[in-house]
Amino acid sequence: MAVLGTAVVIAPLLAIFAYLVYKGASSLNWDFFTQVPKPVGETGGGMENAILGSGVLLSVASAIGIPVGIASGVYLAEFGRGNTLANLVRFTADVLNGIPSIVVGIAVYSLIVVPQLHFSAFSGGVALGIMMIPTVTRTTEEMLRLVPHAVREAALGLGVPNWRSTISITLRTASTGIITGCMLAFARVAGETAPLLFTAFGNDDRSLALNQPIAALPLQIFVYAVSPYNDWHRLAWAGSLVLIVLIVVSVSLVRFVTSRGVLKGAS
Amino acid sequence: MGVGIEVKELNAWYGETHTLRSISLKIPANHATALIGPSGCGKSTFVRCLNRMHETNPIARVTGSVKIGDLDIYHGVSPVVIRRRIGMVFQLPNPFPTMSIFDNVASGLRLNGFRNKKALDEIVERSLRRAALWDEVKDDLRRKSGASLSGGQQQRLCIARTLAVDPEVLLMDEPASALDPISTAKIEDLIFELKSEYTIVIVTHNMQQAARVAENTGFFLNGHLVEFDATTKIFTNPSDKRTEDYITGRFG
Ligand SMILES: Nc1ncnc2c1ncn2[C@@H]1O[C@H](COP(=O)(O)OP(=O)(O)OP(=O)(O)O)[C@@H](O)[C@H]1O
Ligand SMILES: [Mg+2]
Repeated sequence: MAVLGTAVVIAPLLAIFAYLVYKGASSLNWDFFTQVPKPVGETGGGMENAILGSGVLLSVASAIGIPVGIASGVYLAEFGRGNTLANLVRFTADVLNGIPSIVVGIAVYSLIVVPQLHFSAFSGGVALGIMMIPTVTRTTEEMLRLVPHAVREAALGLGVPNWRSTISITLRTASTGIITGCMLAFARVAGETAPLLFTAFGNDDRSLALNQPIAALPLQIFVYAVSPYNDWHRLAWAGSLVLIVLIVVSVSLVRFVTSRGVLKGAS
Repeated sequence: MGVGIEVKELNAWYGETHTLRSISLKIPANHATALIGPSGCGKSTFVRCLNRMHETNPIARVTGSVKIGDLDIYHGVSPVVIRRRIGMVFQLPNPFPTMSIFDNVASGLRLNGFRNKKALDEIVERSLRRAALWDEVKDDLRRKSGASLSGGQQQRLCIARTLAVDPEVLLMDEPASALDPISTAKIEDLIFELKSEYTIVIVTHNMQQAARVAENTGFFLNGHLVEFDATTKIFTNPSDKRTEDYITGRFG
């Protein structure tokens, strides 16, 4: 049974991965990582701009989504038990979780892009960051609730102030689960296209500027995949492969670093 | 050095439930004092009032006064300061699960901003020695997590963690009730050792244990302190009929 279950879970993942390798690996070469797209008609070119762009967008998104999500999760679990504001925050997080990503994109478009009169990496990062918040909030809350009451009492009994105990003991005890939640949120938005369509917009040149339009892997894959050119189709496959690998690598890296870090020095 | 505790007219409520009724007693310094009584009579509530741990429960409320030495703990001091001076060991061992043995013992000091590494090393070793755990863990202080120890070792780890912040009073709420007889004996030996330096208050359901470790014993019933006297007197010649009924096993 267990073997069968494992197989059922792993099979689609392997199948997708194998297909991506089959379709995309042949187009992966040095140029792919070091060149920007060539104009239509010329062969070659790469997606360096999109890889960099996704890096920038996800950094902005994480810098917004993770702190906001963790802070509201802490509020829900530790300070707002049962009060109205907490219920409101929890409800909002759940609703936000259910909002289609394109709607988040439009909202950010009208709140940031329209007033600024230009597309930007910043607005794209904000859209992705907003999408990370509910997942991070709810996993943080759930994980904090799993921390036994006895652990909190132990800290308070040592004369540790409440806020300090929350940060250094409760959050830390729940850190593995919270990090998993953050990685889930990260992996989810890493592949989002819709919220970037009218925020980050895309950019055929390398750019790291937050106030300029910026490329993103999913965006570029989308544009290339629906294009009529075979060459671009192949690049789209290669881009998909790179996207998946980047997600897996960054998730594993964070896992590795934190699992080693957790037993080391307090605070 | 330990300090004495003087409790006057202490009353406690959980919401509307009146849990402690006019408790007054003097707990002498550098002695062990046992608190006995049937389940639900208020022993845990009482010890939690001595270091203001009851305040972590939003529905708990207290009137009356508690003094440790000359300090009135309910007036003009923060509970955080009180809890550093009056340490607590809980019924179930509760080491911090994600911390190493060393970090567990060091946690109380570190979380209060203590940064001197060398002094910390010494304090951790001294605390673990006092808690009679040093020899068992000295080789993997930083490698093993506190949660990987046996139940009895975990409880001694928790005692070491409490001792590391250098309290004057040690409150122990049934510290051995979840442990096997050998671990229990170790904890009892420890209490005997620690008396010279700390004032100890121990809640226990085990009357032999009270008789073995404590000079004085208080008997609680339904939120009242029925009798408080020398342990030998309580167990051989109690003044109150209800105490006698309890220790001879007629109820509770
Ligand atoms: N958190 C709480 N909320 C409400 N009532 C409580 C709470 N804790 C204890 N009580 C009540 O206070 C009374 C005294 O409880 P307490 O835990 O002090 O008893 P105890 O003597 O320590 O019992 P035991 O020997 O079982 O540990 C009990 O009637 C209990 O129901
Ligand atoms: Mg109790």
